Amino acid sequence: MSQSIALNVNGNAVAVSVDDPAMPLLYALRNDLALHGPRFGCGLGQCGACTVLLDGKAVRSCITPISSVANRRVVTLEGLGTPAEPHPLQQAFIEEQAAQCGYCINGMIMRAAALLAEKEKPSEAHIKAVLARNLCRCGTHQRIIRAIQRAASGM
Amino acid sequence: MFIAPASSRRDFLKSGALIVGFAILGLPSSGPAAATEPAKPLALDQVDSFLAINSDGTATIYSGKVELGTGVLTAITQIAAEELDLPLDRVNVIQGDTALTPDQGPTWGSLSIQVGGMQIRHAAATARQALLRMAAKKLGAKPDQLVIADGVIRPELGGAEVSYAELVGGKRFLLELDKKAPTKRPSAYSIVGRPIARLDIPGKVTGQFTYVQDVRMAGMVHGRVVRPSGVGASLESVDESSIKDIPGIVKIVREQNFLGVVAETEWAAIKASQQLKATWSNWEGLPDETKLWEWVRGSTIDKDLVTSNKGNVTDALSQAAKKLSATYDFTIHTHGSIGPSCAVAEITNGKLTCWTPSQDTHRLRPALANMLAMPVEDVRCIYVEGSGCYGRNGHEDATADAALMARAVGRPVRVQWMRGDEHGWDPKGPPTLIDLHGGLDASGNVTAWQSEFFIPNGDAGTVPLLAAKLAKLPYAALTSPGNITRDSDIPYGIANVRTTCHLLDRTPLRPSWIRTPGRMQNTFANESFMDELAAAAGADPLQFRLRYLDDPRGIELLRRLARLAGWETRPSPNRNAGSGDIATGRGLSYVKYELVRTYIGAVAEVEVDRKSGKIRVPRFFVVHDCGQIINPDGVRNQIEGNVIMTVSRTLFERVTFDRSRVTSLDWASYPILTFPDVPTVVSDLIDRPDEPPWGVGEPTGAVVPGAISNAVFDAVGARLRSVPFHPDKVKAALQPM
Repeated sequence: MSQSIALNVNGNAVAVSVDDPAMPLLYALRNDLALHGPRFGCGLGQCGACTVLLDGKAVRSCITPISSVANRRVVTLEGLGTPAEPHPLQQAFIEEQAAQCGYCINGMIMRAAALLAEKEKPSEAHIKAVLARNLCRCGTHQRIIRAIQRAASGM
Repeated sequence: MFIAPASSRRDFLKSGALIVGFAILGLPSSGPAAATEPAKPLALDQVDSFLAINSDGTATIYSGKVELGTGVLTAITQIAAEELDLPLDRVNVIQGDTALTPDQGPTWGSLSIQVGGMQIRHAAATARQALLRMAAKKLGAKPDQLVIADGVIRPELGGAEVSYAELVGGKRFLLELDKKAPTKRPSAYSIVGRPIARLDIPGKVTGQFTYVQDVRMAGMVHGRVVRPSGVGASLESVDESSIKDIPGIVKIVREQNFLGVVAETEWAAIKASQQLKATWSNWEGLPDETKLWEWVRGSTIDKDLVTSNKGNVTDALSQAAKKLSATYDFTIHTHGSIGPSCAVAEITNGKLTCWTPSQDTHRLRPALANMLAMPVEDVRCIYVEGSGCYGRNGHEDATADAALMARAVGRPVRVQWMRGDEHGWDPKGPPTLIDLHGGLDASGNVTAWQSEFFIPNGDAGTVPLLAAKLAKLPYAALTSPGNITRDSDIPYGIANVRTTCHLLDRTPLRPSWIRTPGRMQNTFANESFMDELAAAAGADPLQFRLRYLDDPRGIELLRRLARLAGWETRPSPNRNAGSGDIATGRGLSYVKYELVRTYIGAVAEVEVDRKSGKIRVPRFFVVHDCGQIINPDGVRNQIEGNVIMTVSRTLFERVTFDRSRVTSLDWASYPILTFPDVPTVVSDLIDRPDEPPWGVGEPTGAVVPGAISNAVFDAVGARLRSVPFHPDKVKAALQPM
């Protein structure tokens, strides 16, 4: 029996029809709402590629049941900014050329966005500790750290 | 993002239009060519195979080499724009489409610039000369009196001008590629050699980029695979009723031992694949992992390949004043892409079209045709970038899964592997075992070097498709570990050398190439053993290597490395490594990649915790000479990435398995390096604009494990000869003998 779940994504009220309220939020964002920012990496909450902001906190949408987010504010990478009007973090990632394949970068930016909302000028050690559970395979780590520091200094 | 149905795209193709794949790549259309034009060629000797000038004055480049996350797309755009005298934003690149792009070989082996980029440079140079000739005719001038700027040709002394678009826009050149066509002088470059920002990054950091995982098609359904309980297990029964409570199941696809589920929604496919009850035969054909190296050594040697042989090693070893022997091993690794393999396939009117992140669409195409018993001309593979791939991972297999399921359901099928599929079933970097023997004379000079590499037999190119194997459909039954004999020979002028690869008849898991295949394992052993010889001779490791180098570029590189890393000239181990729990050391490693191209030297700084056995690599220095640099920031990004990835492989990574299957199926059981352990990578680039450009993506990885092993020896006087350097191995090495 499908049911309709109301979501607020990137400031828009939307409704998604689901067969299973336990379905992770990620699939609604990617398949029903055609968003590309949050990505499937592991489905286990281990890598962070699927990260979105839920009421301002970074959560892993691959293990967040859609039923638990009804009417809460979801923000994805698309909700931060666009190539024409990037968010300071997105701008900093461009300026530091902080991507290779870029698959993990959604998680890096979303986690950093939550961090910078809490702490204006995090130290390098603090950034590393906060991102310890966000995996990157291409080895872009030091550019990611620089990008977050650059964004923090300009925000 | 949605794509128009394939039938309409094919109609475009038939009419000679080139609007294929642009929608998903977000690139502008090149515009339809005139109906009288012949079909676009793909042959490597034709200019039109590689490029077209469009009627709007832009150029379209057709590249068989593809962007795997390394920056190749930007570098190829730079090369083409430079040679065509066009601004970067007027050059678009179509990649890896078997209907449109020439077969420039797989995107592997750090050959995308060195080979693929140079083919495009020559095509562009040929086109440029042709454009000058056409302009000369039109303007009534001599070609050498003309200058080009931004795609407009005019007499140097002024007068009427003509644009590329006016000369050949929308038309073909119909011209053979001339490898001798004059290319621009590097001193005149304004685009090549500059740190141009990567073209794909703005889209990637804003969610606007379309990865293969984002491809959606009208009528598309979702497939998931259900893998056997053992690598060679047979499917005995499937209880279809076990998923009857899940709405939207399209079909359970069962062909021999291939099992998959197709559903209307992705979540239904995932749930069904996890819930489906299947019974498999008990299969326990894998070796005992705890006795892996005995198993490797006990394998039958198919053949021996002697990769270098000079002097008389046997005599030199027997006459040596001091003899050293050591055995090195390097474990099995997985590619570990953050995004799992994914593809979309559809079969319409008997023709298969796949949207695939394959690094090698031109060889995937015949493999799929073979599997499905289709004529190869009825198969088209279109490259769409996936998560970074680092070699032959699961991309091709996921494409075959999608094709098989698309055939079964008659609709476009998207298959995305789950994390366990990726970790468990992508082909692996095979285990490598290496024996080394060296001899020193009484003065501490190396007189003999003998090495034996125990590695699986096979070349590179074709890894059997999992779906074909499981479904018992035709496939090329090859073992393809990826030219892993390279760099088994050494870059040093030692009088008596013999290096032999024992090519074995077996390896535990389906092998393939992972970034720096073989070259990493072989260089690890060679450079660590070189350090053992230096230590035995009481010599500084850098000075010791210089004794055996006569290559001026290698010598210059090591001298620059000494300056970059603040190298202190002294033998290892370090007598001032610290007396507390933490000992510090530095180690050196050097390679000339495959002995014919890119030079790299590296110094690792390490901290070894004597108590816990944990190694940290706070800083890593690299000097890099790849000849002409196309994009210096791109080169640095690759160096940094390869160091960090290889530090991870060296310190942490090991595929585990029981007698049936891989057991390291997620990031908890196969941990990789995380932010707190990331080294600071400091690189120094030697640019040689007048030399040919060589590869960048792979070579740096070759020097990383040896540099770390040597640094650990420097710190604590213990030699690590087994990758990964897990703390238990470090603690064991620290035990007094």
